[in-house]
Amino acid sequence: MRRAVIIGANACGASAAGVLREEGFDGDVVLIGEEPTPPYERPPLSKEYLRGEQTLDHSYMRTLDWYDEQDIDARFGIRATGIDTAAKLVTLDGGDEIAYDSLLIATGIRNRQLDVPGSDLPGVFGLRTATDADAIREAAETASRVTVVGMGFIGAEVAASLRGMGLEVTVVEFFETALFRVLGPEFGRVIEEIHREHGVEMRFGEGVEAFEGDDRVRSVVTSSGARVECDFAVVGVGTVPNAELAQAAGIACENGILVDASLGTSAQDVFAGGDVANHDHPLFGRMRIEHFDNAVKMGATAARNMLGAEEVFDDVHWFWSDQYDANIQMAGFAPVCDAVVTRGDLADHAGFSAFYLDGGAVAQIFGLNRPRDVRRAIPLIRAGVRADPAALADEATDLRTLGA
Amino acid sequence: MAEFTVIGRAGEVSEGEMKVFKINGYAVAVANIAGTLHAFQDECTHQTCSLGEGDIEGDAVVCLCHNAEFDIRSGEPLSGPATTPIPVFEVREENGDLQVSL
Repeated sequence: MRRAVIIGANACGASAAGVLREEGFDGDVVLIGEEPTPPYERPPLSKEYLRGEQTLDHSYMRTLDWYDEQDIDARFGIRATGIDTAAKLVTLDGGDEIAYDSLLIATGIRNRQLDVPGSDLPGVFGLRTATDADAIREAAETASRVTVVGMGFIGAEVAASLRGMGLEVTVVEFFETALFRVLGPEFGRVIEEIHREHGVEMRFGEGVEAFEGDDRVRSVVTSSGARVECDFAVVGVGTVPNAELAQAAGIACENGILVDASLGTSAQDVFAGGDVANHDHPLFGRMRIEHFDNAVKMGATAARNMLGAEEVFDDVHWFWSDQYDANIQMAGFAPVCDAVVTRGDLADHAGFSAFYLDGGAVAQIFGLNRPRDVRRAIPLIRAGVRADPAALADEATDLRTLGA
Repeated sequence: MAEFTVIGRAGEVSEGEMKVFKINGYAVAVANIAGTLHAFQDECTHQTCSLGEGDIEGDAVVCLCHNAEFDIRSGEPLSGPATTPIPVFEVREENGDLQVSL
């Protein structure tokens, strides 16, 4: 292998470029990204960066100098427009062609657009890039009221940040509570309650019918007919994988780019990772994950496999969210479970953790301000440890002793 | 010759534990791994959480906020979101005191 090409200058792509070098690869590494900036962490875009507490360079995956130091051919601010898997060529906007021996596609996701009248009005924002965060922050500086549409992670974090910046925040959410699809009703309501304590107005079970305003958005009309007035709106209602480039190249796609356990696509010497990759997970089955840690780890595995390692990606998935002073973490995956054991008191927002048991084995953990429990449960999840529910529920149990 | 500052008492950090000390507003974490003391900046270089409130795993300190891991001896990031090393300091117990060289 002489040249590794990575499409996607983001968490996954930057991770892959770094690991290629760490593994001693001394051929060409080409990193192509649409955004003009070096790869940065996106999690702060709804939090520290949005609130103006940190500049973007704090969240660079690698310093700007690093790309030169590591002899990475960084092509930032240019779009890949085509892949020829037979000739092993990537075409860039403008017509330049780059030959590859091994290719990683990490094209990520984009925000799903609400197909309702007025969704293209000025003042209706989505959040994906630093530029989006800049626009929201700028709007917030002169506004007093915001409507946030959707209360998944993006909506909940943006609501918390903007509330913290002193805005009146109203959330319109289709499901019955906050973070419903990830946490379910019981734990979702705990998060809902935290937002209520902070003075966020929430309207659950309501969709959006229209955004109204003459020159810019002035109100959001909900499915109940309510008209929620606002100075601007932020929409976070799901995403669409950027799989078109792969699909046009004849690579098998379905809800993203289909990859096997080792992140290989249907095309020879072409891998995919990060949010766009629909992965055949050896423990959990086929799934597409949209989280930072997963993207970084997939990038690392993809890089080793580009070098011939044939490593299976079996990470148990871990992610976090910070809202106000609440740190939320989750690890593992339990679409079915026979018991949920809680440690701590749900009514006490100081924190609790919940273990999801599948056939008696720890399959997933959710922690509110309990990062230590989550960290220590990860080896239990990985090993499928069958643990005594009473021991899990007991605060005195050191989870590290349960795996032995 | 490094200059040492007294931050606590000898024996204050027991085996397998970490403790945070403030010196002129700067927080230093001291970890005791199998009887050997290690001192390093308490603040994680990722998002400023306290490493001293984290976990020790082998020779690594783990920030529990976002799972950044650092080599406790060199301060180098090992995995997770942090890419900037944490400063590490010499630490010793002498004359009944716990001392670090900042």
